[in-house]
Amino acid sequence: MKLLKILMLSLIGLISAALPAHAVIEIDITKGNVQPLPIALTSFVGSGDEMTSAGSVMEIGKQIARVVTADLERSGLFSAIDPRAFINSGNAATAPQFANWRAVGAQALVTGTAVLEEDGRVRVEFRLWDVLGGSQMTGLRYFTAPQNWRRIAHLISDAVYKRLTGEDGYFDTRIVYISESGPYLDRIKRLAIMDQDGYNHKFLTDGSYMVLNPRFSPTSQEITYLSFYNDIPRVYLFDIETGKSEMLGEFDGMTFAPRFSPDGKKVIMSKAERGNSDIFVLELSTRRLERLTKHSAIDTSPSFSPFGRYVTFNSDRGGSQQIYVMDSDGSDIKRISFGQGIYATPVWSPRGDLIAFTKQTGGKFYIGVMRPDGTGERILTESYFEEGPTWSPNGRVLMYYRKYPYDNQGGGGETQLWSIDLTGYNERQVITPLDGSDPAWSPLMD
Amino acid sequence: MLKNKFYAKFLIMIGAVLILSACSNSGDEAMTETPTPVEQTPEPVSTPEPMAAPVDMVSQESLNSSMGGSMSEGDMVYFAYDRYDVDASARSVLGAQANWMKANNVNVIVEGHCDERGTREYNIALGDRRANAVKNYLVAMGVSASRIRTVSYGKERPQGTDNAQNRRGYTRVN
Repeated sequence: MKLLKILMLSLIGLISAALPAHAVIEIDITKGNVQPLPIALTSFVGSGDEMTSAGSVMEIGKQIARVVTADLERSGLFSAIDPRAFINSGNAATAPQFANWRAVGAQALVTGTAVLEEDGRVRVEFRLWDVLGGSQMTGLRYFTAPQNWRRIAHLISDAVYKRLTGEDGYFDTRIVYISESGPYLDRIKRLAIMDQDGYNHKFLTDGSYMVLNPRFSPTSQEITYLSFYNDIPRVYLFDIETGKSEMLGEFDGMTFAPRFSPDGKKVIMSKAERGNSDIFVLELSTRRLERLTKHSAIDTSPSFSPFGRYVTFNSDRGGSQQIYVMDSDGSDIKRISFGQGIYATPVWSPRGDLIAFTKQTGGKFYIGVMRPDGTGERILTESYFEEGPTWSPNGRVLMYYRKYPYDNQGGGGETQLWSIDLTGYNERQVITPLDGSDPAWSPLMD
Repeated sequence: MLKNKFYAKFLIMIGAVLILSACSNSGDEAMTETPTPVEQTPEPVSTPEPMAAPVDMVSQESLNSSMGGSMSEGDMVYFAYDRYDVDASARSVLGAQANWMKANNVNVIVEGHCDERGTREYNIALGDRRANAVKNYLVAMGVSASRIRTVSYGKERPQGTDNAQNRRGYTRVN
């Protein structure tokens, strides 16, 4: 909410459709390896080419179209038609000549404009057209300070994705992660944040102390994470807007593996006492700590279900690391993982229907999902080492990190962020300036 | 003392070899004989001598050796995969550490580490178990708990690419 005010970003509303909208195109994203929808995106060039505080408005219009194109293509659900094939450039002021778009194979068309307003803001409009049906599917208008044009592009991507898939998008989001650099015996691990497409990258800590396992608040511009500040591992809270961090409660034992509750009011975490890690939940307003588990085994990596009623966590209480589910008061603990190998880092999907996990068996690591009752286990990806899945806010994409083996020359051991569709398709690297690990996806930013 | 213990063990081993060869030499008849019991006389562990010039044990220098730097056998103990129990070889190293701490007025930090074949969060917990296993042993050997701080680095501070070398507890002067 605060962020919205700062950005002075406003959405005026739906542009009324000129033609009745009968959706004939639709993408079913629940099926694997869906044929990408051919989509044409024209440059968002308006009438003028005035200079703004962030470059010429015509250039902004072109860039917006590029960012939307990249977003949609990266989802794996769309294939953008090369603009060089376009028969006409798509004058946004008039209804498209659908025959010309059908001729280049487009099934959907996005047209738009970016115009400089008298008050210095940029007005961006877009319309999504059903090329085969010859009708407008949606249209929206936004106003923003010129330097925020990227957010407008991601909002447009989300609107197109939602109209064509029926599900919320995940483009107007950010990733917080651990940026890694330096030789493997002396790795520097810094908290870093970027847009989901890798832009607007920023380091949040300076690398003088190690940080791990960051997680976004579902309700505020805050991150909880494990920091080794002063060589004392404890859970911290970082305010993205002010850049300030604070330790979350001063307890005798180490605290780690933090994660917010769905309402953002609590942080669930592990606390170790004399070598024994159990799960606790900390109420942020009172800093009161409540114990949820009491067992001589390791209990860690807790994650709430979307409505906060259950908690899934990792424990070796049965002799090896497995995934458990309990009520959020710590009662009714049940083991849910029974496959071959060991299981760790369970994370509840924002949709509630699945738990993502890291699995280790036969010298390899895997990212997979299972239902909260443990049935329907499905492996999505495997490699020499990978762990720590995080869900896109719509529960359709998982991001995680991979670590590559060392070579005998003292090299290797790189870490990279990767993402994959829940369908098991569309696996791709998420580019970071340095090595990256421990990604955590933000909620949609509005 | 450590040397004496080792020597005692060595004598027992020689004894065992002799008995075996005696058996094979004397044939069937020997099978019915009651073998001479080997008397083990373990060294008393309760009366450690203060060590003036330690060789087998931790010197102040090695305790001060920087993290991830050249390894000294005296400040490092190793653990089996996903385990945190202090085995026999670790006990002898920690026994020497305890003696040295009792003779020197220093506080220490015990670091718990893991190999890299596991998840970060679990390894933070496992490293804490290992650091505390080391601390508990030192305390059992008579070192005051208040002189020992533990910290787990999980799998984040390997000292090489060998997994077995990374599953360790490292004692350094605070």
